Order: sequence, then C-alpha cells, then structure tokens
Amino acid sequence: MKKKHKIIIARILISFLLTAAALLLPIKDSYIALLAVLSIPYFVIGYDVLWSALRNIFHGQIFDENFLMAIATVGAFAIGEYYEAVGVMIFYQTGELFQSLAVGKSRRSIAELMDIRPDSATVLRDGGEITLSPEEVSVGEVILVRPGERIPLDGEIIEGATSLDLSALTGESLPADKGVGEAVVSGSVNLSGLIKIRVNTTFGDSTVSRILDLVENSATKKSKAENFITRFARYYTPCVVFGAMALALIPPLLFGAEWIEWIERALIFLMVSCPCALVISVPLSFFGGIGGASRMGVLIKGANYLEMLSKIDTVVFDKTGTLTRGSFEVVDIHSERVSKEELLEIAAYAESFSNHPIARSIVRAYPHEIKKERIGKISEYAGMGLCATVDGKEIYVGNRSLMNSIGLDISLGESHGGTVHIGTSGEYLGHIEISDSIKPSSKRAIKELREGGIEKTVMLTGDSRRVAERIGNELNIDDIYPELLPEDKVTIVEKLIANGNKVAFVGDGINDAPVLARADVGISMGGVGSDAAIEASDIVLMDDDPSKISRAIKLSKKTMRIVRQNIIFALGVKGIILILGALGYANMWVAVFGDVGVAVIAIFNAMRSLKSN
Amino acid sequence: MKKVFVIEDLDCAHCAAKMEEAIKKIDGVNSATVTFFTQKLTLDASDDKFDKVVKEAQKAIKKVDPACKLIEKV
Repeated sequence: MKKKHKIIIARILISFLLTAAALLLPIKDSYIALLAVLSIPYFVIGYDVLWSALRNIFHGQIFDENFLMAIATVGAFAIGEYYEAVGVMIFYQTGELFQSLAVGKSRRSIAELMDIRPDSATVLRDGGEITLSPEEVSVGEVILVRPGERIPLDGEIIEGATSLDLSALTGESLPADKGVGEAVVSGSVNLSGLIKIRVNTTFGDSTVSRILDLVENSATKKSKAENFITRFARYYTPCVVFGAMALALIPPLLFGAEWIEWIERALIFLMVSCPCALVISVPLSFFGGIGGASRMGVLIKGANYLEMLSKIDTVVFDKTGTLTRGSFEVVDIHSERVSKEELLEIAAYAESFSNHPIARSIVRAYPHEIKKERIGKISEYAGMGLCATVDGKEIYVGNRSLMNSIGLDISLGESHGGTVHIGTSGEYLGHIEISDSIKPSSKRAIKELREGGIEKTVMLTGDSRRVAERIGNELNIDDIYPELLPEDKVTIVEKLIANGNKVAFVGDGINDAPVLARADVGISMGGVGSDAAIEASDIVLMDDDPSKISRAIKLSKKTMRIVRQNIIFALGVKGIILILGALGYANMWVAVFGDVGVAVIAIFNAMRSLKSN
Repeated sequence: MKKVFVIEDLDCAHCAAKMEEAIKKIDGVNSATVTFFTQKLTLDASDDKFDKVVKEAQKAIKKVDPACKLIEKV
C-alpha cells in the first residue's frame, strides 16, 4: 500500500473517532457548538477536497468532482445537517480510497500481463561477457541466455539446445524444444539449457517490443461504447448540476416551499452528478479484455476491434496456412494399370532424390525404406517434373505438361498444383493428389465457432473443388468456394458484407492483405514475428491456432456483457437516486453510495474481463 | 517526432481526458493520447517545437492535477 493510502486511512479513522466523540458531547441543541466541534473532523477528512475545489474554480473547471463534493457538504453544513456533512465526506473519501486501490490493482494486473519485457542481455564481446540493456545490443552480436532467463532479443541459436516457455507470447503452456539453427523469439523464457543466440533484430524491432507497442497502443483506438461514455459524460454532469439548481430554486421561489428541504434534495443531485463509474470502468473493461486476450496469444489492436469481434456472425477462412498447415501430404491415389501401392512405390522411388516439398510428401507417404540401388539415372525437366530410371524402367513424374510432352493425353480432371502425374513412355500410370495437411485443432475450431453462435463458416481456396470439398467436409464447413484467384476472395467477402453479415476473415497475412482490410475484422495467423501479418490485420493469432478464434470471440462477448452491465448498473442506480432524491425519498448517504460505491462495484466488475477463461 | 511519457500519479480517469484535450490544443501538436491505465502520454509534435510543446504539456497537466508529473520514458 502506498504512503498516500495510509495517510487517507489515518484521516478517515481520526475524523470518524472525532465525530463519534462529538455525539457524546452535550451540544445537541446548540447549532453554534455543533458547527464548531464538527468542523474539526470535517476539515481533517475534507481539506484536500476543499482545496482542490477552490483551486479548480480559479482554473475555470467547475464541474469537477471535488467542487461538487465541496458544494454538497458545505451546503449540508449551511442547512444544519452537520453529521451528514462530515459523514458524507468520510464516506466519499473511503470510496475514493477503494477506487484508487481498485485502479491500482487493475493496473498491476495489466502490468503483469505485459511483463514480458526483458531487463538485460548478456552479450559476448571481445572474448568476455558483459551485461547490457537489450537496446544496446546490435544485430549480428552473440548473446548468452541461461536457464531461467528471458530471451531478450530475436535471433537464431548457434550453440546449445533447450526448451522454451512461450506461454507469455502464445498462451501455449507446452514448452517448445529448440536447437542449433532454429529461430527463437524475445519474450520467451529459457527453461533448461544454456544457449548462445545470434541476434537478428534490434530491440525496437523485436517481437517483444512490437507486442508491447501493439497492446499499449490498442488503448488509443476507442470503441463505440467508450466514445458514447465520453460524449455522455460531457452532457450528464452539466445537466444534473442545472437540475440541482432548478430543484433548489424553483419550488421555494415559485411555490413557497421549504428552502432547506429543497436545497438538501439539490445536494443529493450534485453528489451523483459525476459519471466516474463509467469513465473508469468502461475503458478498463476493454483494456482488460485486450490484456486477457494477449495472455492467450491473441493480439487485438484496438478496443474497436474487440467490440466488432463480439458481433461477428460469419467467419471466412482462407484455407492454406489457417485451417491447414501449409505443408503437403498425399491425400489420394488414382492408379491405372497398376495397384495404388505400386503407383505410390514407383512415384516415391522416382522422387526420392528431389527436395521439392511435394516430392518429399510422396516419399513420406511411402511406408517402406527406399533402396537406392534400384534407382538409376535421373533427369530433371524444369517446371514440369523429372524422369528417373527405376528398376531399369523410365518413369516420368510431374505435371500435365510433362505428360503431354511424352505423348500421353490426360483426359481426367483439371490439373492443379496439387496433382502429380506418373507415366512411362507410352503408358499413363495414374496420378497422386497432394494437399495441405489439416491442422489438428481446425476441426475443434469450427465446432466451437458454431457452438459459440457463429451462423456461418466459409472456406476460400485456390485449390481444386475436390480437394476443397474433402477438407470442407472433414471440418464441417458450411460454404466452400474453391478454385479462386486472389481477387475473387475480396469479392466474396464484399458480397457477404453486402448481405448484412458481420464478417471476420482469417488469413495467413502474406497475400491476403486486401481481404484482411476489407473484412469487418481481419484476423491473421502470422505466427510469432511475421511483419506482414501484424501490419495488415486487426487481430493477430500468435500461435496460428484457429481454435483461438472462438475463444477470442467468447472473451469479446464477455467484455461487452461487462460493459453493458456497468453502463446499465451505473446509470440505473444514479437514475433511481435522482428520482428518489427529487421526490425527497433519498438521503445523502445513498447519494454518496451512488457516486463512489457504484464506481467501486463497476471497477471490480470490469476487472473480470482480465480473466481470459 | 513521437515520444512516450509517463504521467506519474495520474489518478483520475476524468483528469486524463481533460489533460488529453488540453495537450491537443497546444500549438505544434499533431496528436496526443493520454492513457489512464498505463499512465502514459503519447505525444506527436513537430520537431522544431518539441521541447516547447513538452513544457506546455507539463503545464497543462499541472493545471488539471498539480500532483501529476510528466517524466520522459526511459
């Protein structure tokens, strides 16, 4: 607890005890004596409020909370409500204390979420180790990271092996094993082994700096709800203050009503005229929601995107790199004249020396070991495929053009990137279909989106209809648009938006920038450290896991629910107090609760958005 | 030039909004954002007037809440 909190607690206690003592004195009937005695605890508890109020008047800031509270309590003294004046001030200060503690606590929780900034880096320079701040390390230098330390800068391991805790970056709790030659990102924690890293970014460009910038800047992009509160606050306070003036003056002047009674009612108005509960709790909810999302590996670039995410009803996926890994595997074998197993065997042998990703996937699919002695001469045909001698026979493996060039006419199927044809001179043997492998979490992702209330899931792809339908059916996606050119994707998303859908587009961020920008919410699977993805999208999934989307949507809905609860609660309570106050049914105690009590409750409610689960 | 400052002891959300408005009005400021929760001021102002703008911003902050201090972020 800070010193100023201790001081205010002491003041609250002293003032409370002095007031209690005054109750025991035999001065109940003397206004002068009561005023003299009770102004002591009043000044003990309220001097700073009075002072700020006075100062603010000279600065021309009259609708300030301190000013309103000063008027209300001085007014209470003036109408002879001495105990109320002191009590209300004590209550107000207690409320402010709670509010300050609650804000402090939420600031700390947010700071904890952001606690991925490395403090120092151990650099190997001139044959020795020196400890520097990460900003002072230049690209190309070698840093040493011991077990238990946070990796300060992005780079590549050049010595040692370890497992890394990426949970602060991606929300993934399983450690990742890394060895020589593998890239490591700043912000992750070295768990087991001593490693040396060659730095490849400056600190300013490192993953950890970019994440922190992004989350901190997210507060500057305000949501509609926040803008509403700002506008509302601008009108609410003056309106209530004028209402209070009307209440104090009109009934006594025009209808000869009791001055004291109507002034008291007016003072109640002044006490609930601060919209603090909303001004603090609404932005806090959004900030907490963004913080909670970043903890599970979802970076949201602004409160406005979090708000929009909660309204999404259609999720459009670009297939490659989002639902699928972007790495290839054999999905189907169509053989003619030979068995499927034989075709795969022939193809695997022919392709066994190639490093092309498609060739590797065919070799991987072949369940037995390749006996190199069965392979003879290999000649490559650039852009078409290759010809290899297997068991003394010439085997051609490649695309349609290669088949045509050796005089084979392929009638079946459109040739897409994912089809490999196999033939000998004179005989077509069949084709093997290659496709991306589906990410293990994709199926769950689609299922959870549907359970979470998403009306439609859509998959866009440049692949053939057959491949697209196979993946679409396996994942249970509603609509599939295959064989698309990049510009078609924008058209489809635009059409969905024109139909009144709220569309989130999920892409890998590399060539989807126009679609990411066009969708209501652009979500990229950039993976840790991809610039293009972070730039182009509104939301970044740090670990490329599509099942995070439904979790992020759930979190956004929870955040919006909290925001709505707080708005309704705060305005409701204040509204009721205003009505009861005007009718003479509320007292000052209730009014102070309507100010600080509501604020504290709203803040605690808002803090729930920090929890990501 | 864009710089981030810490506003020490920024304790009321209302004040943050007032400071932001006041700083935006200072001559030479392109954009200014005060974030209550991080207690930060992100100030973008023209280079030649930057030091002057910072001094004015300091004053504007003090005017709203004398307890607040503007510190350059390290």
